[in-house]
Amino acid sequence: MRGPCRGALLVYSMHMVTILDYGAGNLTSVRLAFERLGVTPRLITSADDYVRGRIVFPGVGSAGSGMEGLRARGFDALLRREAAAGTPILGICLGMQLLLGMSAEDGGVEGLGLIAGEVVPFDEAKDPSVKIPHMGWNTVRHIGHPLFVGVPQDAAFYFVHSFFARPQADADVLGRTDYCGENFASVVGHGSLVATQFHPERSGAAGAQVLRNFLNLEGPACS
Amino acid sequence: MLLKRLIVCLDVRNGRVTKGVRFKGNVDVGDPVDMAARYCADGADEMVFYDITASAEHRCCDLDMVARAARALSIPFTVGGGIRDAADMRAALLAGADKVSLNSLAVLHPEVLTVGAKAFGRQCVVLGMDAKRVPASSAIPSGYEIVIRGGREPTGRDAVAWAKEAVDRGAGEICVNAIDTDGVREGYELTLTRLISDAVRVPVIASGGAGKPEHLTAVLREGHADAALVASMVHTMGYTCAGIKAALAADGIPVR
Repeated sequence: MRGPCRGALLVYSMHMVTILDYGAGNLTSVRLAFERLGVTPRLITSADDYVRGRIVFPGVGSAGSGMEGLRARGFDALLRREAAAGTPILGICLGMQLLLGMSAEDGGVEGLGLIAGEVVPFDEAKDPSVKIPHMGWNTVRHIGHPLFVGVPQDAAFYFVHSFFARPQADADVLGRTDYCGENFASVVGHGSLVATQFHPERSGAAGAQVLRNFLNLEGPACS
Repeated sequence: MLLKRLIVCLDVRNGRVTKGVRFKGNVDVGDPVDMAARYCADGADEMVFYDITASAEHRCCDLDMVARAARALSIPFTVGGGIRDAADMRAALLAGADKVSLNSLAVLHPEVLTVGAKAFGRQCVVLGMDAKRVPASSAIPSGYEIVIRGGREPTGRDAVAWAKEAVDRGAGEICVNAIDTDGVREGYELTLTRLISDAVRVPVIASGGAGKPEHLTAVLREGHADAALVASMVHTMGYTCAGIKAALAADGIPVR
């Protein structure tokens, strides 16, 4: 959709943040992390309540119930539409995994497919010494995407997960992390979509910087 | 690389932080949320708030404090003490806690681990276990017995067997507190920590006995712990989280 530049700037003002609440875990810590940055996000439980602005797509839990929750609230269509429109969207943890195609969780779950690729479990056999889920602070090697402005290489972030994303295109991988014999995609992105496997809302100063950078990502180009 | 975690524990009694020695005698050391925010800024990787009077007073942990902590902290935190059932777990998590620690309740009603893991995910369910060294026997082959109610009541249960059962039931992490070394500041119980850590495939937090950074290095290396919990070292002994982590890094332990 084309609109006047002035409108576009207003639409993607850094203060308009909508968090999708689709029943996948507790969103308190995500909301509070934005509040610490001086932004008061709106939580919505239906696509009908979305007005405009940046979208945060968090989530903890399993892929199967996550997708059900998204569909029941019309968020699957909303995410497709806004991704196509170039709205900045931040996926976190399960939210990131649901952006991909097939997930091996729950016997196979079709994700949103907004980023080509699949979601697979860590293979304990690859490193019998590690513990699953991957829980704790781990380092991220990023490619210098605007989401990581001011974040040093190998800064640590807080992870809790047992499955990981395997995007088809290297260009969709914005950062990688080592665990259980994998150098997995811990940050992915495609167009205005960005997503982290880690929890920026629980990752101290480095996580706060990622959230701040998300608020500064540009929306659709004016034309 | 997955880093080793430094966790700071705050024992909260009537809304204030206290530090006890072997569960006896407590000294007031400050406001829990103010202290937690300071430790967060100083480099703590995680916080634990333990409401040590909630159980005896038959109430849930202080939810106002949990909500204040959630607002102030940008790192994960666990609350324990006073959790009576899944409804209390839900209340603590909704107030903003990342994890809930279950100790005596899990021993007395182990099904709560399963209920909690199913409802909230096992990453939210921390098993806190207090273990005491005893002569090895057929009932307690590891030589470490689980004790409950603040260390006052032996259970006749083997610590390693209980750790395995708790993980099977849904615990996503285990905090191993050694009664014999707690508050003594002469080092963690390395053998107990290693036995538990090697027996389960969930992260293990070592607790009880830290007095200097070398103790953390030892338990993270020889004790095979994933995280080390400290209290009096940073509350009253003058150590900083940053200082402890610098010492750990100098010892070759990967830390944030």
